[in-house]
Parts: sequence; C-alpha cells; structure tokens
Amino acid sequence: MDLSALLNCVTSPACIVTQATSGLIIGTLLFLVAAGLTLIFGVLKVTNFTHGSFYMLGAYFALTIFKLTGSYLLTLFGGAALTAVVALMFERLFISRVYGRNVLMQLLVCYGFVLIFDDAVKFIWGPDFKAMGMPAAFQSPPLLIAGGVVPKYYLFLVGVTTAIAIVLWLVVERTRFGKTVRAAALNPAMVSALGINIGVLYGLVFALGGLLAGFAGALAAPVRSLTPGMGFSVLIESFIVTVIGGMGSIGGALIGSVLIGLIRTFGSIGFPLFTEGLMYLFMVVVLISRPTGLFGREFA
Amino acid sequence: MTKCKSAIDRRRLIKGTGAALAGVLAAPRIGRAEGKTIRIGMPTILSGRVAQLGTSSRNAVYLELEKINAAGGLAGRPIEMIIRDSKGKPDEAARVVRDLVNTDGCEIILNAEATSGSFAVHEVVRDLGTLCLHSISETSSLTADPKLHIPNAFRLARQGVHDSIVGGSYAAGIAKAKGLKTWMTCSPDYAYGRETTGLFVDYVKQFAPNVEFVSEAWPRLFQPDYTEVITKILQVKPQALYSCLWGGDLTSFIDQGNIYSLFTQIETFAVNMADYTALTVVKNLPSGIHSGNRYIKTFPKTAANAAWADAYRAKYNEYPTTWSWQNAAAMNFLAVAAKKINSTDGKKLAEALRGLTIESPFGADGKLTIRADDHTVIYYAIGWGTTIPTEPYLPDVTPGDWNQILELEAEWKKKNHYV
Repeated sequence: MDLSALLNCVTSPACIVTQATSGLIIGTLLFLVAAGLTLIFGVLKVTNFTHGSFYMLGAYFALTIFKLTGSYLLTLFGGAALTAVVALMFERLFISRVYGRNVLMQLLVCYGFVLIFDDAVKFIWGPDFKAMGMPAAFQSPPLLIAGGVVPKYYLFLVGVTTAIAIVLWLVVERTRFGKTVRAAALNPAMVSALGINIGVLYGLVFALGGLLAGFAGALAAPVRSLTPGMGFSVLIESFIVTVIGGMGSIGGALIGSVLIGLIRTFGSIGFPLFTEGLMYLFMVVVLISRPTGLFGREFA
Repeated sequence: MTKCKSAIDRRRLIKGTGAALAGVLAAPRIGRAEGKTIRIGMPTILSGRVAQLGTSSRNAVYLELEKINAAGGLAGRPIEMIIRDSKGKPDEAARVVRDLVNTDGCEIILNAEATSGSFAVHEVVRDLGTLCLHSISETSSLTADPKLHIPNAFRLARQGVHDSIVGGSYAAGIAKAKGLKTWMTCSPDYAYGRETTGLFVDYVKQFAPNVEFVSEAWPRLFQPDYTEVITKILQVKPQALYSCLWGGDLTSFIDQGNIYSLFTQIETFAVNMADYTALTVVKNLPSGIHSGNRYIKTFPKTAANAAWADAYRAKYNEYPTTWSWQNAAAMNFLAVAAKKINSTDGKKLAEALRGLTIESPFGADGKLTIRADDHTVIYYAIGWGTTIPTEPYLPDVTPGDWNQILELEAEWKKKNHYV
C-alpha cells in the first residue's frame, strides 16, 4: 500500500490529468464491449458468453484489413461490420434455438462457440501472437495537457467511442427501431402480437452488440497484441462492468466502465500489489449495497 | 459342488485375462527394446497462448532428428519422436509422460514443458527411472535444490540465476556510466516474474550499491492493457526500468509505451526483448532497449550459429527461439553420449551425460557442458546489448563472464542452503 504516493498524485494537477485520462481511456474500450453485452441481455435476456470472442474477431479482422488497405478508417468500420455479420449468423443459426431455455444450456452453447472461434482464429491467422502496429497518423509524441501526458491515439479512441455512444443513444431513444427494441425488452409477446418480426429484431440487436464489440476490437488492435483467446480477459471485465452498472443498462455500463478505469489508474498508484483486487472489491461493495447494480435492470 | 466349480473357473478366467492384459501392455516396451527404433517422448505445449513454446521446440527437434538419423541414429537405432500436447497443464503433463513411457514404449523423455509442468514431469521420471532431459524450464531450483536431484534427470536450458547475474552486472555497468540511481520494476505477477525480478534486483544492488528501486508494478500475466502501469511509471519518473514481461505481453507493453514516448524518457532493461518472437512482431521497435539474448543469430558471432539459424529459417520460414536452441542442444547431447558409449541404455546414457562437453553453435566458446554435480548445462552463449529496429536487432552484445557467473551462482546456492 502506498497511500503517500496516492496523496501526492491527487494533489498534483499533472498527475490527476494523466491518471484521469488514462482511466477514461481504459473505461471507453470496456464500455464498447460492455454496452453490447448489456444490450443483448436487456433485450434478449441472454448472457452472451461469446461476446469476448466478437471483440477478438474485431481485432483480427482489423489486422487483416489494415494489412490489405493501409487505411485505418476502413479498418475500423470493416472490422466492426464483419464482426456484426458473424454475430448475426451466430444468433440466427445457433443461440436463437436456446432462447427461453435453461441458462446452463445457453452457457454451454456460448462456451462451445468460444472454443470454436478460438480455434478458427488459430487456424486462419495462426497460434502465435500478432501486432497490427500504430497507424502512421498517430505515430507522434503525446500531447501535454495541464502537465499530464495524453497520447494522440487515445484522444482519437475516446472521441470515436463517445461518438458511438451518442449514436447508440440516439438510435435507442430517438428512432422507431430503438422504440421497438425497448418495447421488446419489456414485453416481447406484445411486440410480436403487433406484427413485428421478433426474430429479425433479435438478430439485429445481436448484430448491434457484435458491432460494438467489433469496434472495440478494431480500436484495441493498434495497441494490444492479438492472440487466440484474447477475448476472455475483456469478457470478465465487461461482466464486472455490467454487474456494477446494472444488467440491461447502457448508461450503467458507461458509468461502470469509467469507474473501473479510474479505480485501475489511481489504484495502481496507491495499491500496486492489489490493483486487480480493488476492482473486484468495488464490485462486491456495489452488489451488497445495490444488488441490481447502480442503475438497476432498466433498459436506458 | 457345482457352485464351487464355477467359482474356481471364474477365478481362473480372471487370472488368465489379467495375465494376458499385462502381456499386451508390456509388449510395446519389450518389443521396442529388442527392435531397432528408439522412441523419445516429448510432452510440450502445442496449444493456447504459449503454443510457440512447443512448436518452436518441436521444429528444432525435427531439424536435429534428420541429421542424427541420417548418421545412424542413437547407437545405430533411428529415433522416433512421440510428441504430445499437455495444453500447459501440469497434471496433464504428468499423465502424458506416464502414457509415453508405459503405453507408447518411450525410453527417453525430452521434457519441453514450462516450469510448472516440468516439476510435475520431474516427479514422474523420479518414480519411473526413465532418462529425462528438461529443455525449457529456467527455474534454477529444478537442478539447484538437492532434494530434487535424481540420477536420471538433466537440464538443457538457460537458468534464471545465470541470466540475473549477467543482467545485473551489465545493468550495474550502465547505471554507473550514466548515473542511473532510481529504478523501477514492471514484471508479470507470477512465479517466474517474481523470482527473476527479485534476482535481478539483488544482483544490480550487489554490483552497484548506490542504485535504489523506488517502486514496482506487477501487472497480471496476459494482461491486455498496461495504461495504468505506464502512467504510474511516468508518474514515478525512475531513471531506469526493468521488466521481464515476455511474448505478447511484452509487445503490448512496448506498443502502449511507445505512444507515451516512455522509452525516450526512461532507460529500459527488458530481459526478454531480444527474442525474435518479440523483435519481429513489434512494428515500431524503439532503439536503445537493453536486453539479454534469448536466441540471436549473431551471438555468438560464428558461422556455425548463423548456419544453424539459417537452416531453421529455411525449413520453417520463421526464426528460432531460445526454446529451439535448447531442444536442439538436448538432441545433440543425446547423440554424442550414445555414440560415446555405443548404447541407448538409460542408466548408461545418464552416466555418459554427466560432465559431458560437446561442440555446439550455442556455446559461448563453441562448447556446451553438462555440469556433473547438478546435471545442468553451462557455458552457453549469454550476454546483454541494446536493440535496434532492424536486423541484426542486437548488433553488439556484451558477453557474460562464465567465471563470474559460476562464482556467484555458488554463493547463491549457499545462501539458499542448496549446498
């Protein structure tokens, strides 16, 4: 425990800026994955354990597209779009068959596909770890903001994630599709009775969740090594975020992921040997005080 | 009477079946010993995150196998490798080794498991008495601890204590030359990370007592995001940083550190950087990172070493790893020992391996030796240098002094009550 270092940090504007922006950076990527997870749970009532695999696929698709085109913009959208297609196919062909069934059955189907996706990645891209490399546009020294250090790429990452979050909110809150999705989350039978094809709706929601995870993977690819099975660790953290924020709450996922990011950055200074543990401790505290999470089960 | 007779018949049937089964199970071993081929079992990791450990080990084994079999095999017996994937699980590694010996008739075990698996395999071969060459584990206690010493097991891999002595000596020299007084460590939080970092810190302080380690970071093994670690390092502002992160973790750390310009601000010592697996994957490798050699084609700078690396690359279209040279060395030692005694008997081979010196492209002076008292390989090429982003990646290497290594290793053993 190094409380004096933590105290020094919170009394230094430069440290606050660096650590807070780092927390935001960690949180934004987590939010993209967690938002998709909580969206799928909120509407379909399915805990999608393959969600980490969608993140992994997004990263690998990005690796290939960047290698072929050299354009990071194409890479970002292409990686996310291809992941959405895979997610849609997975939903239509497999997971839709276990809706409403015992959660163990859903877990088994999802876990089976985690292994299938891991092996598919190994088969296509090879078992060794890979690196995409930073696009040339971001290969420059970091910015100094109020004495804190902020890499340009991370500013871009936060900007893109913020834009995605705004678009997601607009789609869910301001479009007919979003209205239908919210209605289906509350009462799927009524939505179906009104003549809306609930199967297509569910497929689109799953694809949207996959799209978000794919974006996260494509955004992570320039700075993280790619390995088969890389989705597992991000899946665990996104579950923590959704539990803290409240299963089914996108707003809760946003707050939860930023809180986790800040806990990691400030926690690593004050508690270097217990940083991971702090995250879980926080989750336990939230669960004890608010068992449904900070923002409950509302779909927002 | 009838009941008694059928009970006797049943007993005879059970006994007879048992005897037949025992004969069938023993057959591979008996048949193999009398036949031509000699089977060598190799448990290793061929799947998961560290699959490259197993694949690069297997590649090197087959590269040497071709040459050895072309020359007649081991004492006239061609080698047949039986390679099994333990998936990195120690209990699976132990089960695999028992199968390799009892079912597949393997007479020698070439153990290419990571440390946790190696300790499990070690106990199995202690029980079975099969000759075993450990070709991966770098944890020094595997051969240093007298409680683990068995006549039929040998280590053909670099050791953590050797790397730490050489690294500590090199780093202390740089620290004195550049006035690097404040240091920080950032290593993976598991046995290897803790032990290797601890040893490095001890030896740097021994060679440069003015050095102070002001902070530490222990990211989780396989942690994908190092942002909070990097910002902590920038906050602490040490003059130098040591890390034993490896593989994908190291490349992630380098990529993420680059965008913070971490390596232009802090002198970095990354013991596992100069390994082709990391060097060829990182797209923007910074210059000036200090690293120990894991396997580098240009160290030792000999035609034999370069030729071996070229042959490996020509066959597999990738560079060899430290695991590759260690397994190749193990095969070479077996070949020389078998030729020396003209036998493949496990006990006699073990006797021949004890204290054996062979010509090797991986030797500091063209030779490798298996030390007689603790069955571990010494005099391999070991040194540190600074990286550049293009081949040869580590152009100038300061070699370790084996006299100093052996002297300090002996002190370390005394300190840990191994002698």
